[in-house]
Amino acid sequence: MTKVLIPSGALGLGYDKAALARGIALGPDLIAIDGGSTDSGPSYLGRGVSKYARESTKAEWQNLIEARIAANCPLVIGTAGTCGTDSTVDWLYEITLEILSDLGASAKIARLYSEQDPSQIARTTLTPLSAAPNVDAQTVERCTHIVALAGAEQINAALNTGADIIIAGRTTDTAIIAALPLANGDHAGGAWHGAKIGECGALCTTAPQSGTIMVEFDATGFNITPMGDDATATPHTVSAHMLYENSDPFILYEPGGHLDVTATRYTDVDGCTVRAEGSVWVPSDTYTVKLEGARITGYQTIAMALLRDAHYVANAQDWCDDIIKHHAAKAADRMGLDPNTWHAELRVIGQNAVLGDLENKPPTATELGVLAIITAPDQQTASTLAKLMNPYLLHHQLTRGEEMPTFAFPFSPAEIDRGAAYEFVLHHVMELADPMDAFRLEVTDV
Amino acid sequence: MSNLSQIVQKVRSKNAGPFWLTIDIFCGTPEAYAQIVDGLSTQRVAALFKTNADDLKRFDIADLNVVKFSLPRPTIQGARDDRDMHGAGWAPLVAELEIN
Repeated sequence: MTKVLIPSGALGLGYDKAALARGIALGPDLIAIDGGSTDSGPSYLGRGVSKYARESTKAEWQNLIEARIAANCPLVIGTAGTCGTDSTVDWLYEITLEILSDLGASAKIARLYSEQDPSQIARTTLTPLSAAPNVDAQTVERCTHIVALAGAEQINAALNTGADIIIAGRTTDTAIIAALPLANGDHAGGAWHGAKIGECGALCTTAPQSGTIMVEFDATGFNITPMGDDATATPHTVSAHMLYENSDPFILYEPGGHLDVTATRYTDVDGCTVRAEGSVWVPSDTYTVKLEGARITGYQTIAMALLRDAHYVANAQDWCDDIIKHHAAKAADRMGLDPNTWHAELRVIGQNAVLGDLENKPPTATELGVLAIITAPDQQTASTLAKLMNPYLLHHQLTRGEEMPTFAFPFSPAEIDRGAAYEFVLHHVMELADPMDAFRLEVTDV
Repeated sequence: MSNLSQIVQKVRSKNAGPFWLTIDIFCGTPEAYAQIVDGLSTQRVAALFKTNADDLKRFDIADLNVVKFSLPRPTIQGARDDRDMHGAGWAPLVAELEIN
């Protein structure tokens, strides 16, 4: 039997300290927390940085290091620093050293690195997953960062070093939780399924904000128990969590196989704990890991104008289309740019900014925001193109001969350089002969 | 005729990774579930996204009173033309459908 304590859905999200203390008192075998996700977009992977403030990360990570000392068990974080690149593993490692020094504590630390060399991945045979974009070797080579998602095997390699603290680069959300029960010989389907249910902390309970849950794995399944005062798990809250951010609520692919929960039975144990049995782990013939990559798609400058005049609000799309035409002509004339090398868009906020062409409701706004987004091969060009746009956003007339209108600008300067814009380019798997082939372990005594 | 959101508890859309979108219709009761299963065709949801029904995965989950649709994201998350990083803004399209 293996008890894994999960403080919250991600480091940086916060959790109920009393709930964490209750979990520690129950004697967990491991404390596991997720450190990242692709959900905030490609920029974090593209730059190799965390989305959370260092201050939040340090405060919460210190609490967990103290919890680990109190519970006398290992602490593991997966996808450290949002994206799990080598740079974010090292960032959290530095924070860890500071914390240990502040606490006067010692620890054996294992770092699991998941980052890949783009030029090597460009020469590797990759298998596209469903809805993967088309990529060629050049696209892959231009990624600023590529990571492979580690599974249970790599986490167990880190645990087997005897480390007290494991800082892992990109892993699957479930691997950090499933690894120890799998190593302990608990039910494999239960290990992966319990890990999937637990990976978002108390999101699978009636009180998501309480954060902390305990998952107990055994020979036939798992029990899930919220640690928060007012939280309960019900068969509905637990089974419904399989819907969350999953394209298929019954099948989950992982390195080395897939989980099938079609036949799982969920039972209410005592009004607070839910037990699940019947989940099936189906090993695959080959061992594959998923890759994530991001590359620079261009450099952006944005600007915004606000329309309040009823005539312009009513004709906003025509006004935008006309500006795009005039601006393109001016860019060709003043800058001599090939129109295929840059892109300008005016997004009408209050009309269809969220859904674009899919919007099917008529606009009803009193005022509208017009967000100009310029994308170009370099920042200077994007910035110059936005400056050429400025006079139109300020004064463009719908009809010749009318008195020159002026629109509201919220800022001076009106243009805001956004720096590099990134895009995700990989939704592929690669085969490994040995699970550790694409990963590296560094162990230090601090 | 009612608006779908007047029948069900909640409609949620989320990224399922950067390349997929998933929409969960939490019906709340077996009666509402039956009404949605009978009254909402996959074709109608596909039409909202200007795509083919073949591109959608549909799961009718009676145990949860949930109808779930998954489809390749209309734009890849965070790409230049993407308008909604977390994918939550597509849910109203489904919530506003008229159901018999």
